[in-house]
Amino acid sequence: MEYINFNPKKFHKSQIKFYIILIPVCIFMGLPILYIFATAFKPMDELFQFPPRFFVSNPTWDNFRDLFRATSSGQSIVVFLLNSIIVTLAVVFFSVVFGAMAAYILSKKQFKGKNLLFQINQTALMFVATAVTIPRFLVISNIGIVNTLWAHILPLIAIPVGLFLIKQFVDNVPNELIEAAKVDGANDFYIFTKIIIPLIKPALSTVAILSFQQVWGNVETSSLFVNVESKQTFAFYMNTLLGQSNTVAGAGIGAAASLMMFLPNLIIFIILQSQVMDTMAHSGIK
Amino acid sequence: MKDLRFHLKQFYNKITSYFDKAINWLGSGSKTTVIFLAPYVLLFSVFILVPTLLAMLLSLTYFNGIQRPEFIGLDNYIYLLTQDDAFMRDILPNTILFSVIVGPGGYILSFLLAWMLSQIPKLPRTIMALIIYSPSMTAGIAMSVMWKVIFAGDESGYLNGLLLRMNIISEPIQWVQSPDYLMLIIIIVSIWSSMGVGFLAILAGLLNVNRELYEAAYIDGMKNRFQEIVYITVPSIKKQMLFGAVMSIVGTFSAGAIGVQLSGANPTPQNSAQLILNHIEDYGILRSELGMASALSVILMLIIMLFSKVFSKVLSSKDE
Repeated sequence: MEYINFNPKKFHKSQIKFYIILIPVCIFMGLPILYIFATAFKPMDELFQFPPRFFVSNPTWDNFRDLFRATSSGQSIVVFLLNSIIVTLAVVFFSVVFGAMAAYILSKKQFKGKNLLFQINQTALMFVATAVTIPRFLVISNIGIVNTLWAHILPLIAIPVGLFLIKQFVDNVPNELIEAAKVDGANDFYIFTKIIIPLIKPALSTVAILSFQQVWGNVETSSLFVNVESKQTFAFYMNTLLGQSNTVAGAGIGAAASLMMFLPNLIIFIILQSQVMDTMAHSGIK
Repeated sequence: MKDLRFHLKQFYNKITSYFDKAINWLGSGSKTTVIFLAPYVLLFSVFILVPTLLAMLLSLTYFNGIQRPEFIGLDNYIYLLTQDDAFMRDILPNTILFSVIVGPGGYILSFLLAWMLSQIPKLPRTIMALIIYSPSMTAGIAMSVMWKVIFAGDESGYLNGLLLRMNIISEPIQWVQSPDYLMLIIIIVSIWSSMGVGFLAILAGLLNVNRELYEAAYIDGMKNRFQEIVYITVPSIKKQMLFGAVMSIVGTFSAGAIGVQLSGANPTPQNSAQLILNHIEDYGILRSELGMASALSVILMLIIMLFSKVFSKVLSSKDE
């Protein structure tokens, strides 16, 4: 039946109309990103060129060098970078592990309040963290983690969407598999690590990406909960730099900074792309 | 502050003791259940549930962050609705306008884009999906530097430069400082960065629709692509659509910072792009009126829930 043409194998002239719309959309979506790439490598004279030119003709690393030289009150950029890496690794690791553990229980165990818990988490999908910044600050200051790396890590670990996505995936693991393992004498820990985890890897990579995006670009924590420079993050430092440089001269450094924020996201997403699509196919809300 | 600390600590102890009880109650069956659930549930409670409940409590108080919160009932809400001119005149209408365009607008756009992508072969589809998705990766702040240059108010701005060269305008326009354009700009920027997880979910859903459904429908006399979308496609991916809707609502309401970022001022020029989130920051951080800020947070949460309810109503009525 030739008019059923979704997910086609190859090009057909009936697809031209879609390309006519999609290509301009992609240009609009992609241009700003392209701009960042182009500007990050522009030397000073090209930044000031009038009329401004979009593409760079003599690419240079100057902006990156300036970026790494610029320091506020003498602290090396390496400290910010190191903080970011520690915080990001911790948040990604724990959000995946804790999310998977909770998802396994929610999906495969019976206990009182299970439905309630799932409902609460479902409602929390709509949670907008910035809306409750102030009570969050009160909580953070009362458990005594202000001005520590914990203030970066702990609040970002529980991700309602993450638990939700992983649970949808665990639901698809056949119960017979778990029963069979139990008959063979396996305990929950064994079932979780040796059976569940390998089967839900796509969901785990998706949650890793989501969590990475939240934490890597997070500026609020440093600006609100952490006032000591030695505990602030790269994203925050970038942001202060960008805030100071309103002018065209700052645009080069700004673009270099944006590029450094953007690239890790892009690389991780490209690597895990097919697994993400796999998870999303199961992402429906019932 | 000490007094406040003491009260909050008491409040906290109470919560944790209830929490312990809850764990005991839950865990009557199996120990693993408790151990596996505890880390997530604990962090979820402390950093999501408690702040939300605390916002509700504080919204009923006068609280300046130094003295003990003083219970004043619904006064904050009454003040916001009757006395706070900026809120009723600018901020609420702005928020609704912004959310209706960026929320449903961006959502419909993400469905249409995903649908078109599902009609082309895999390689171009993957590349284009990546391009369309990429702006959402670095949401907001890292990108604002670039928008600043594009919309810069003098002739060095890309948009001004382009329009000047094409003789469409005779002198540069102060894009982000002008109340006439700022709202439009933040809407464009927000839609640009809104094709995120929801968009991917819809695309994945579309690619997994059972092919036989389409075949059966055409045999039964379905005539065109439009009917195909309404009767087969949308009902088949309803779950992904709902997930996408929730994600788009949350994304929309979290995107409020951009107006302040671009114009460099809170409040934005003549409140032109002032959204509830900016107003919360204005009250909570700039003016230290934490009770009032909390009342605004509660209003914002109610609006978000309302939007989600409407979305799910619209989507669930589709399959009858």
